[in-house]
Amino acid sequence: MAEITLKTLAHSYSKKPSGPEDYAIRKMEHVWHQGGAYALLGPSGCGKSTLLNIISGLVTPSEGDVLFDGKRMNELPPEKRNIAQVFQFPVIYDTMTVYDNLAFPLRNQGGFSEEKIREKVQEVADVLELSGELQRKAKNLSADQKQKVSMGRGLVREDVTAILFDEPLTVIDPQLKWRLRRKLKQIHQRFDITMVYVTHDQLEASTFADKIALMYEGQIVQFGTPQELFERPAHTFVGYFIGSPGMNFFEPRLTDEGLMFNGKVIPVSKQVLEKVRSSGSDNIKLGIRPEFVTLGTDTGEQLYEVLVTGVEDLGTYRMVDVEFGSVTVKVRIPEDKPVPAEAASIGFPEPWLKVYVDERLVEADHE
Amino acid sequence: MNKIENNKAWFFVIPVFVVVAFSAVIPLMTVVNYSVQDIFGSDSAFWTGTEWYKETLRDPGLQAALLRQFAFSFTVLAIEVPLGIGIALLMPRKGWAASAALVLVAMPLLIPLNVVGTIWQIMARTDIGLLGWTLSGLGVDYSINGDAVDAWATIILMDVWHWTPLIALLSYSGLRAIPEAYYQAARIDRASRWAVFRYIQLPKLTNVLVIGVLLRFMDSFMIYAEPFVLTGGGPGSSTTFLSQTLTTIAVSQRDLGPGGAFSIIYFLIILAVSWLFYTFIMNAQKDKSAQQ
Repeated sequence: MAEITLKTLAHSYSKKPSGPEDYAIRKMEHVWHQGGAYALLGPSGCGKSTLLNIISGLVTPSEGDVLFDGKRMNELPPEKRNIAQVFQFPVIYDTMTVYDNLAFPLRNQGGFSEEKIREKVQEVADVLELSGELQRKAKNLSADQKQKVSMGRGLVREDVTAILFDEPLTVIDPQLKWRLRRKLKQIHQRFDITMVYVTHDQLEASTFADKIALMYEGQIVQFGTPQELFERPAHTFVGYFIGSPGMNFFEPRLTDEGLMFNGKVIPVSKQVLEKVRSSGSDNIKLGIRPEFVTLGTDTGEQLYEVLVTGVEDLGTYRMVDVEFGSVTVKVRIPEDKPVPAEAASIGFPEPWLKVYVDERLVEADHE
Repeated sequence: MNKIENNKAWFFVIPVFVVVAFSAVIPLMTVVNYSVQDIFGSDSAFWTGTEWYKETLRDPGLQAALLRQFAFSFTVLAIEVPLGIGIALLMPRKGWAASAALVLVAMPLLIPLNVVGTIWQIMARTDIGLLGWTLSGLGVDYSINGDAVDAWATIILMDVWHWTPLIALLSYSGLRAIPEAYYQAARIDRASRWAVFRYIQLPKLTNVLVIGVLLRFMDSFMIYAEPFVLTGGGPGSSTTFLSQTLTTIAVSQRDLGPGGAFSIIYFLIILAVSWLFYTFIMNAQKDKSAQQ
C-alpha cells in the first residue's frame, strides 16, 4: 500500500526558471496517506494538474522528490508506478468492447488467465453498473458510461494503490455528476485505495473528499477538512475561494489602541495583537465570513454603524450588502429575519473574526 | 391551425439544379445518348440499344485492361496506405523539423502529372537515367520498353513516389488530432507501442483513411497521363489501363458508341467499388449487438 510523499517538490516548465513566476509548482512538502479520499482544489492554472501528473509520472519534477512509501519514484515511468489516472475527457479504446477495455490493463500486465480476467472485469463492471454493456463497443457509450469505463480500467488492476482523477466530471451532465460522485465514494469505501481528485469546484471537492488541499499559485496553501477550510482559512485566498460568496476582508490601521477601521477600534485578542505588532508588516487584513456577521439596528460597544445598500434574495437565505466605511460587507441572514431599511449596525463575533498578516492567518496559541 | 399551401420555396432549389445539370447530368446524358446509337455522321445515326454495352463487356482486350486496372489499383493501395501511415508516424511532431518534413513530404504532390511521367521516363533510361543507369550498372537487365515486369514495377514505383505523400499528410493530420490524454492513459494502462498503434492511433485514423483510400482508389483507377508518358501503354499492351484504352476507342478511332458504353461502365465500376469500400469500413465500426 502506498503513502505518497512530496519532498521539497518544485516544478518549472522552463529550462532556466528566473523567479517564482516561472514555477508551476513552488517548493512544497506534502503527504497523502494511504486510503484517504483527497481533493486537490484550486482555480484554473494554479498547478493542480501538474502536481497530479508529477505523482503519476507523466511529468518529471525539476526539483525535489516523489516518494511512495519512502521509495523515490522520480525516474520511474507511469507504467511502473502502480497508479491509475482518470482524465478530464473519457479515454476509451474505441474499437474495443467495454469488456476488452476493462480487460486491457490486465492483458498488458500479463500473467492472468482469461478466467481470472473475466472474474475481475465482472466484479468491476458490477460496481460501476456496466454489466449490461460489456459486449457493446465502447465508442457507442454515453459520456458518463465512457468515464466509468476509464475509471474501471484503474479499478480492475490489483496492483493499483492510488487513483488520480483530473477533473473527471467536466463532461458529465449535472444529474449524473452527482450519481458518479456517490459511486466514487462507494468505490473508495469498498476498495482500500488512495484517491486524489482534482477539481476547481468547491462543492465537488467537499462532497467527495475527507480532506481538501487548496492550491494557489503553485502551492498548497491549506490542507484540511472542508469544515476547517470554511471556518479557519489559513490564507486570505482560502477565505476568498471557499464559500459563496467568499470572506469579507478589510484593511485596518495598526495604532497604539489596536486595530482601527472606520474610526473605531476593532477588538482582537491581546496575543494576536502582539503578534501583529511584532511582525512589523503593514499588510494587515481582517476577515469574516458573511455567515458569521451579525446584522441589526441596536447600537452598542462592539457594533458598527453601516448603511444597507442592497439585498439579494436567494430563496432559502438573503445576502445583504452593507456599506461599512470604505468597504462593502456581505452579510448572510436567514429568510425569516427582517432586513433593516437603511441605517443598521453589524457585529463581528470574536471567534469568527480572523486576522491576516501578509495574507497568512495569525491566531492566538492554544493553551 | 390551417396550414397555408405555399411551395414557392422550391424555387430556391433552381440554382443548385442548374449547376448540377451542367456539371453532371447533361454531360453524362450525352454520353448515355452516344452509347445507345451507332453514329456515322451528323444526320445518320441508328438506334442500337444495349448492343455496345454487350460488345464492350465481351471484348477480351477490354476485359484484360480491366483486370490490369484492378491489379494496379490494389497494388498501389496496398503499398501506399501502410507506407503513408508509417511515414506519418515517423514525421516529427513540432518545431522547425515538423515544418521541414511537411514541405519535403508534400513536394511530389505539387508536380504536374505529365511532368511526373517525364521525370520517371528519364529516370528509367539506361544511358542517362539515375534508376536505369544504376540498375544496368549492377548487371540487371532493365528495360521498361522491352520487359513488362520492369514496366509495371516502374509505374508502381512512380505512383508510390507521387501519391504516398497524400496518405502520409492525411494520416499526419489525423495523428496530430489525437489528444495527449490517450497516450497518457495508454502508458498508465501499460500498453505496448504496438497496442498504442493498434487501439488508439489506427482507430482514430479511420476517418482520414477512408477519405485517403477512396481518393487513391478513384485516382489510380483513372490514371492516364503518367503511364502514357512513361511507357505509352507498352510493352505490347502490358501497361495499357482503362483510360488509355478508352481514349484510343473514343478519340483515335472516333467510335462514339462503344466509347460511350465503355465510359458508362467505367463510371459505374468506380462508383460501385467506392461504395463497397465505404460501406465495408463503416460497418466495421458498428456494434456487433446492434447489427443483430
